[in-house]
Amino acid sequence: MTKTKRNRILMYIVLIIVSLVSVFPLYWMLMAATNKSVDVSRGRLIPGTALIDNWKALFAQQPVQRAMVNSFKYAVILTLCALVICSLAGYGFEIYHDKHKDLVFSILLLAMMVPFVATIVPLFRMFSAAKLLDTTIAFILPTISTPFLIMMFRQNARAFPIDIIEAARIDGLNEVQIFFRMFIPTMRSTYAAAMTITFMNAWNNYLWPKVIMQGEESITMPMLVANLTEGYVTDYGVLMLAVLLCSLPTVIIFFLLQKSFAEGITGAVK
Amino acid sequence: MKNSQGAAYAGCPLAEVKGDTDVSEANGPKKKRMSLEKRHNLTGWVFLAPATIMIAIMSFWPMIQAFILSLQTGKANDLSFGGLTNYMRMFKDKVFMTSLGNTFLYLIIQVPIMLVLALMLAQMLNNKDLRCKGLFRTAIFLPCATSLVSYAIIFRSLFGVDGFINSVLVGLGVLDSGYNFLGHAFSAKVVIIIALVWRWTGYNMVFYLAGLQNIEYSVYEAAKIDGASPMQTFFKITVPLLKPTILMTAIMSTNGTLQLFDESVNLTKGGPGQTTLTMSHYIYDTVFKFVPTFGYASAMSFLIFILVAILAFIQMKVGDKRD
Repeated sequence: MTKTKRNRILMYIVLIIVSLVSVFPLYWMLMAATNKSVDVSRGRLIPGTALIDNWKALFAQQPVQRAMVNSFKYAVILTLCALVICSLAGYGFEIYHDKHKDLVFSILLLAMMVPFVATIVPLFRMFSAAKLLDTTIAFILPTISTPFLIMMFRQNARAFPIDIIEAARIDGLNEVQIFFRMFIPTMRSTYAAAMTITFMNAWNNYLWPKVIMQGEESITMPMLVANLTEGYVTDYGVLMLAVLLCSLPTVIIFFLLQKSFAEGITGAVK
Repeated sequence: MKNSQGAAYAGCPLAEVKGDTDVSEANGPKKKRMSLEKRHNLTGWVFLAPATIMIAIMSFWPMIQAFILSLQTGKANDLSFGGLTNYMRMFKDKVFMTSLGNTFLYLIIQVPIMLVLALMLAQMLNNKDLRCKGLFRTAIFLPCATSLVSYAIIFRSLFGVDGFINSVLVGLGVLDSGYNFLGHAFSAKVVIIIALVWRWTGYNMVFYLAGLQNIEYSVYEAAKIDGASPMQTFFKITVPLLKPTILMTAIMSTNGTLQLFDESVNLTKGGPGQTTLTMSHYIYDTVFKFVPTFGYASAMSFLIFILVAILAFIQMKVGDKRD
């Protein structure tokens, strides 16, 4: 009995330490954004009063508004397109499956093995030949359809009751209507999970925009944050404010969709 | 069941006329049913076509092109056939060999630490008697919500000469003055590994937690009654039952580690020297920083593809064997 008790206490200690380590760098970033660079270096860990100064300095140095608008534009458009295309495919592979479609599906899964960096040179040449550099299209096309999302939707579509489809057919709905009116509303948590993952990946993507977004006016938030470290002197306060602004959207989305995210992932792992 | 299916088909727009007739008629003439099945079959193809075509154009086709390019030599767009020249060049290229070594070092050290940690945390959080479960889970997953560039820069700042870690160490009297963690090869690699573990453990943990939902909790309760220690429960129950999920996360992490880019670029800038440079970082530099050598870069990236494929294959084999 004492042994189980000791184990329990040990478990709480481990979990508390791991949680603190997980949260600390983010807490430090938050505090640094409100302090002067000198104070940050001294290890100050409480809120400061320099937030407004850091804000003004950051906006004066960098096109933050433009980068924010761009990042939102690219990420939202990519997420919407990817959700529609991949869920259609996942639904198609599961509901109408036969051996030909299953074969196509296993070939698609091979694309999971293709490292993005391996395709970057041909993709860059492709988009630059098509004069599509610095465009939203170039940002979204390479990751608009991913084997991971298709697989996730397919796995979750397995739980979609076939009776609903049959009942809908009797009611005279056609196949496209069944997908949009029956499948999408039922699979809300899967969509939420897929949305969280896709939006985060799109927002955080750094390599691909760095390759194709060459003009100053198409800069994204991660690129802007990375640019801030180029100089010799680092103003920690300003830098961490930029990091904070860059992390805020994904953190908010994660908190809003956390519950459905867990549900959607559970369905995908089954 | 068969009847209801027949009725369902009959209810479809094509056969609407027969909607209210009895079962035998609802099954309808064979010809009509076939065409309906064909129609559904076709609908299926239409549904999956856009995604399939996009993957073919954006993944498979560039992969083939990368292979063709890798056989060509020359600068910028002035290319000529060079056979395996690029592949030979790789093995003589000291910088590339360094980046290969670094990438594998991260893979061999970081991935096992991270996966074991994630599994242990998942098992702890799966405990039904645990209080504040949601709080712990959220805290441990939170790092995954930050972008790769952001966390790389946070760690760069934390471990900077005038960063937080140094100010604490100096404050405690451990060090006399700030240590340049990112200026020494060994410590710079350690910082990258710490950062990677910090960022990705929670991510893998979520997959394990999801996998654990599918295991009957009574198995754990039975083990507890039988007096199994947490260690025994971990190795005898959690690991074997989660094997498919572990395999999936192992392949995903391997794939991700072989492609490490953001951390190398933003945390250490590949330095000091090239001691923390990753393969992807070097490929990027050969194309976009120096005079572009597309052929050589493609050869290097094709090698990454081959490595990913080989490692995934080995992992699947190992995963199968223990059944």
